[in-house]
Amino acid sequence: MLSKKQARAFFLGGTMVTFLIFIGLTIYSFSKGQDQSNYGNITEQVVRGKKIWEANNCMGCHTILGEGGYYAPELTKVLDRRGPGYVKAVLMSPIPWEPNGRKMVAYGFSEEEAADLIAFFDWIDDIDLNGFDRVVSPLAKGEDPLATEEE
Amino acid sequence: MKYKSQKVAYWFFAFSMLLLVLQLTYGFIMGFARIGMDGLHDFIPFNTARAVHTNLLVVWLLSGFMGAAYYIIPEEAQRELVSVKLAYVQLISLALVGVAAIIGYHFNWWEGRKFLEIPRQLDFLVVVNVLLFLGLILVTLFKGKRKTTTALVLSMGLLFAALLYLPGMLPFDSQVMDSFFRWWVVHLWVEGVWELIMGGILSFLLIKLTGVDREVIEKWLYVIVGLTFLSGVLGTGHHYYYIGVNKIWLIVGGIFSAMEPLAFLAMALFAVNMYRKGEKKHPNKIALFWTLGSAIVSFVGAGLLGFAHTLPQTNLYTHGTLVTAMHGHLAFWGAYGMIVLAIISYSLPNMTGRKLYDGARGRAAFWTANIGMVGMTVAFGVAGVAQVYLERKLKMDFMVVQNEISIHFVVLIICASLFTAGIILYIIDFVKHGRPNDEALEMVEVSQ
Repeated sequence: MLSKKQARAFFLGGTMVTFLIFIGLTIYSFSKGQDQSNYGNITEQVVRGKKIWEANNCMGCHTILGEGGYYAPELTKVLDRRGPGYVKAVLMSPIPWEPNGRKMVAYGFSEEEAADLIAFFDWIDDIDLNGFDRVVSPLAKGEDPLATEEE
Repeated sequence: MKYKSQKVAYWFFAFSMLLLVLQLTYGFIMGFARIGMDGLHDFIPFNTARAVHTNLLVVWLLSGFMGAAYYIIPEEAQRELVSVKLAYVQLISLALVGVAAIIGYHFNWWEGRKFLEIPRQLDFLVVVNVLLFLGLILVTLFKGKRKTTTALVLSMGLLFAALLYLPGMLPFDSQVMDSFFRWWVVHLWVEGVWELIMGGILSFLLIKLTGVDREVIEKWLYVIVGLTFLSGVLGTGHHYYYIGVNKIWLIVGGIFSAMEPLAFLAMALFAVNMYRKGEKKHPNKIALFWTLGSAIVSFVGAGLLGFAHTLPQTNLYTHGTLVTAMHGHLAFWGAYGMIVLAIISYSLPNMTGRKLYDGARGRAAFWTANIGMVGMTVAFGVAGVAQVYLERKLKMDFMVVQNEISIHFVVLIICASLFTAGIILYIIDFVKHGRPNDEALEMVEVSQ
């Protein structure tokens, strides 16, 4: 029967080994040749867009890369879906945008701020999401997102 | 209660109850907004309500864990807390940081990162606060007469929770890296070190309530927390499937996430078996309800419902939908909400001397809250599955789908009302216990 000492060794040993593997996989994920996060294409404008995104807690309602509030649309492929003109109009609207009765805060962003956010969405658009991009994009209708490799 | 300084736990628990009520209030604001009743939109838009709702959850649970530690550590270490005054300073500073953050959210002062919305300036105050808390707990433990496994596991959980807060403070230009390291905090908290805290509290309660030998309980505690880390650390991968990182996480996350329910199953079996082995003599039946309930509901909410959408093939469609909210509600409630209510139910009669051990109100609170939460989980689940099929499979527009599924939020609000009724009953019991006092100290000593 398992002794308390053995149980403790299982806990400490298991934790140590899995944590080391976890660190190793993290380094591997962002290493050259394995990184698919579109990091090289981040511009100052994209960073400004990300800051506006965070300063207004857009994630509190919307989702991006599948993370957020589930209250407003997923914005990973928003430029594909709506085009930059529509997105700009929503961002600059001085009154609450209200599609189908659900209100968005009227941020009334300036032309420059809207352009920064659109640059951010454009950068997001080009990240390799292992097939998820095709699930959230209406342009991929009918395509099998699991069939990435075969195509 | 064996030591006078354990009384400080009462005020942490009282603060927890206050925040829980506020959390529910903001939950209702969100629920009503989802069915089109958003009259508060100009003052409390959805993103504010959501940030307040989730952050209050974190803070009331943390306050509950801290209260639990202030109650458990002196008893386990067999000495008074090193400084009661500093413990009160820590509580007041925690409350001030919490209030500042919540008010700030109403004025667009936040970081806008899911679950970690607290502004950077307040992050540093959180760190100072937690360091003070850890200092008090660890010094008490190491100056104590004995260092039990229960106390060590609980303290280790609290220490790692503090350390893991740090990756969340790193600034990144990339949304992908931001998200990646945010999960180091959020996932490794709730599916890692918080389970150490839960395990420590559960172990303490089982030792006290069942009378089973400490050595037996603590041996299994090691096995359970071992399983938790073995599956949970690499299980972080299920958050990495579709956020822009390497495909290796699809395999690693898929395999280890599938093992995560085993840790929760072990915890449930452990609690039920210890109860069956025990003498069943302890009169505090309400505390036993919450203790066993926590172990079982966490298996269903965190274990089974988590597994329901962590397979990469399923998560491809459920990622970023209400299916996550379904799992999140029952998981947090079972694993952490109920264990905090369990330690409160156990310790309150000991701190106040009023032995409301097995009243009808206490039982009604347990069943009403749990039935309400199960109903809420089902409502979220039905809405989430419908959303997946309509939006992700049939490619219908987001808002068209939201209107289609809004009826499930009416059901959600009804179930949430039932849940709230249970919590109100629990809080009435809390208030009826009265304040902690030193007479309780003597009463318990005599009875023991």
